[in-house]
Amino acid sequence: MGSRSSLLLRDEEIEEIRRTTGFSHNQIIRLYHRFNSLDKSNNGFLSREDFLRIPELAINPLGDRIIHAFFGETHDSTLNFKQYVKVLATFRPVKDGSDNRLNSREEKLKFAFKMYDVDHNDKISREELLLVLQMMVGANISEEQLGCIADRTIQEADNDNDGLISFEEFQKAMERTDVEQKMSIRFLH
Amino acid sequence: MDDHLLLVIIGLLLVPLISLYSMVIIPAMFGLEIGVRRLYVKILVHIFEWGKQRIALASKQSGEEIVTSNGTVVTAQELIQRDKPNNVTEGFAGDSNNSIEKLKHSFELSDICYFARTGVESIIDDEVTKRFDAEELPSWNLLTRTNQNYQFLSIRLTVLWSLGFIIRYCILLPFRVTLTIIGILWCMVVYSIIGYLPAGKLKRTIYWHISLMTQRILGRCLSAVVNYHNREYRAEGGGICVANHTSPIDTVILGGDNCYAMIGQEQGGFFGMMQRAFSRAESHIWFDRAEMKDRKAVSMRMKSHAEDPLKLPILIFPEGTCINNTSVMMFKKGCFEINATIYPVAIKYDPRFGDAFWNSSKFSLLEYLILMFTSWALVCDVWYLPPMTKKDDESAVEFANRVKSAIAKQGGLLDLVWDGQLKRQQVKSTFKEKQQADYSKLLKAE
Repeated sequence: MGSRSSLLLRDEEIEEIRRTTGFSHNQIIRLYHRFNSLDKSNNGFLSREDFLRIPELAINPLGDRIIHAFFGETHDSTLNFKQYVKVLATFRPVKDGSDNRLNSREEKLKFAFKMYDVDHNDKISREELLLVLQMMVGANISEEQLGCIADRTIQEADNDNDGLISFEEFQKAMERTDVEQKMSIRFLH
Repeated sequence: MDDHLLLVIIGLLLVPLISLYSMVIIPAMFGLEIGVRRLYVKILVHIFEWGKQRIALASKQSGEEIVTSNGTVVTAQELIQRDKPNNVTEGFAGDSNNSIEKLKHSFELSDICYFARTGVESIIDDEVTKRFDAEELPSWNLLTRTNQNYQFLSIRLTVLWSLGFIIRYCILLPFRVTLTIIGILWCMVVYSIIGYLPAGKLKRTIYWHISLMTQRILGRCLSAVVNYHNREYRAEGGGICVANHTSPIDTVILGGDNCYAMIGQEQGGFFGMMQRAFSRAESHIWFDRAEMKDRKAVSMRMKSHAEDPLKLPILIFPEGTCINNTSVMMFKKGCFEINATIYPVAIKYDPRFGDAFWNSSKFSLLEYLILMFTSWALVCDVWYLPPMTKKDDESAVEFANRVKSAIAKQGGLLDLVWDGQLKRQQVKSTFKEKQQADYSKLLKAE
């Protein structure tokens, strides 16, 4: 009862999403149910508030940054189902032989980069890094200490000495990180 | 002559109706069972089983992947598999079980991955918000309330569903509504009469029996089939009975087997009238709005009530809100502070016959009752657990958690630390601060 109208997802749409994201038919249907239960206003879009209503996300020190990374691309304040699934597809595990681009190492790194890139200029500045660090540690580490951490981190990654971390430099800094594992979620079939 | 015929016809129609109602009400009054409801429930199980097979068949034909290899329908399955670390340290340690000392490191850009992954996982599937939505069923029960994607799978199923619809709305609904009206009228009248009796043992005994009768009649209005386990642990006077909370119907279910003192806020209108009738018959605890906010006053009155073994045990739902019967959420510590004996009770409804959960942000009480009246039945298990008391070295919160775990374990429910009030309120920032503190401990000073 109630939200029957919002439960319509045409077969062609599912098929299209399946092709672009690599999610199975069944996974898409279940993601759609989740999307609808998050969509409290029942208008087919998610707003930032819909995300913040998830307590586990609201208490995540970087919850705001994650939401930002979701909305980053759309440049407006709502997210439709296709956009939502597309971002989630980034977190599909990387398997040999799967030809999907959305869940590549590069896309996973892009998501992480976006979380640091507060002003969308494709560069991480000292201020941006400091801001994110503050979110992660709260009041537990002094500003001075965090400043040192930020300086050291930028210095280590900044190859062209412009005092900023570009996406290429970010990729290089994360070279030895097992991003494929750390940024993958085990989706069930 | 015509009038006469009409009277005869009405008379003939009334006889089966009256005997039907008395067949329901009279056994209910004495707690007897003829076995009709249990037979009815058995038949339903068979029909659902058949429907499930039809769905499996139909979805195979249309080539959808709803059915897994072992033939079960998987929509109720979890979407993702999550490790659920208790804190950030465990999350960073992963499978390695490294100690906090070993995990200590200088900040790296890649530290963000952990927060990103857990955050996105919570977007896909979180512990809390899904507890406030109707539980998803593993198979369709021919009600439209859950699993809405199972419609129009086959003609036979649609016919079956329509038949079920007619039975539920044209037979069960009117029958149950009239029964409820009879039950409530009965209770108002009888409770008012008890109110005039002089206080004492006689009044208490009569109240005891009348209350059981009333709640049982109300239970029949919902075709309640309740299995009470371990009845030797039923709450006694001078104690507090705590239970997990799914719906206002919980009180009817529990009240059909034992008498409780109710506690709550004074209401106006119809409910206020009921409350006053209740109060005249027995001592219940009603607070006015201002008093309710004064925690000390609340606990004083609870304490003085609980200390009197002649008074009925107080019934409390310490979650403070209805949860969808898949989990138990945080218990408010109030009733665990006053050193009374706690009688825990676990209530688990069988969701196949109708979802007992009252989603109060979606349905008004009346809408909810109509949904209940048009559900198949209300089948549930009630487990009485051995009474518990607070240990000397235990805080009220620890005690509350111990009771909660016991209830969750017995009822097969998930034991959650989250506060059920999150349904309406924002999460407290202390949870976030805890994560920040935990993460900070993993960072080496520079």
